[in-house]
Amino acid sequence: MKTYLPLAIVLVLASAYGFWWKRTRGAIRSNKAIPGHRLTAEVLGQPLGSRATMVQFSSAFCTPCRATHSLLAQMVLTLDDVKHIQVDAESHLELVRELDIRSTPTTLFINKDGIEVGRAAGTPKREQVLAALSNIR
Amino acid sequence: MSDVLNTPEVNKIYIDARGPRFAATITATVLAIALVTENKWVLLAQGLIFLLGAVRGPQFTPYGLIFKNFVKPRLSKVAPTEDVRPPKFAQAVGFIFALVGTIGAFAGLDLVFTIATGFALAAAFLNSAFNYCLGCEMYLLIVRFTSK
Repeated sequence: MKTYLPLAIVLVLASAYGFWWKRTRGAIRSNKAIPGHRLTAEVLGQPLGSRATMVQFSSAFCTPCRATHSLLAQMVLTLDDVKHIQVDAESHLELVRELDIRSTPTTLFINKDGIEVGRAAGTPKREQVLAALSNIR
Repeated sequence: MSDVLNTPEVNKIYIDARGPRFAATITATVLAIALVTENKWVLLAQGLIFLLGAVRGPQFTPYGLIFKNFVKPRLSKVAPTEDVRPPKFAQAVGFIFALVGTIGAFAGLDLVFTIATGFALAAAFLNSAFNYCLGCEMYLLIVRFTSK
């Protein structure tokens, strides 16, 4: 006996989800920021950048975390008022819950006071990062 | 689960990143056959391959060996590499779906078989067609819900 209906349903739903996923990965969105939360140097264990800091949450089972790390680490080499800090999500679960981090890599863009102004799930593009940073004073 | 997949020995292993994506294409095809023919033995066989991939690594599964011996020699020599842990995690998730589906089928619960096989197929298809990273999307959520 053969039935094609379950296969058709799975392929249609998975494709719809896949296109949505592909489109939203890497986009830096300000409306996803958690208001009222302050990420300080004490919380992160490292001093913040004098203008902005990119806080990247990563995990072991995540291939794009490595690409994101190398992009951001390389970008801050030429930006002396911006810092890049990587946080292991698994060993900072309290922070992950407070900030509602759901997937890795998630990068938070915070200003000099530690206030989040935007976040990106997935690997953002260089131009997207530059645009987001230029909006932080 | 983290302890099994994240031992110090696998910590530094990097594999050809094209291998798991090629394997996901075969996996999706096999799971589609299982779903269409409602054949529990096909799902059982795929479940054993998932288990091998989760425990030893995806490069040791039959699909990984097909990639290494027949596909890789025809591809560009410059291989993108990836940490072996993300695909190992995906294989473990696949195994759990295949296990649930197989138990369901042998217990006579056809709906359990169909839903579990459907989820496994969706994951393999997303990996194959969209380069979807299951470990990125699921691992943290699982940890958030299961540990304090």
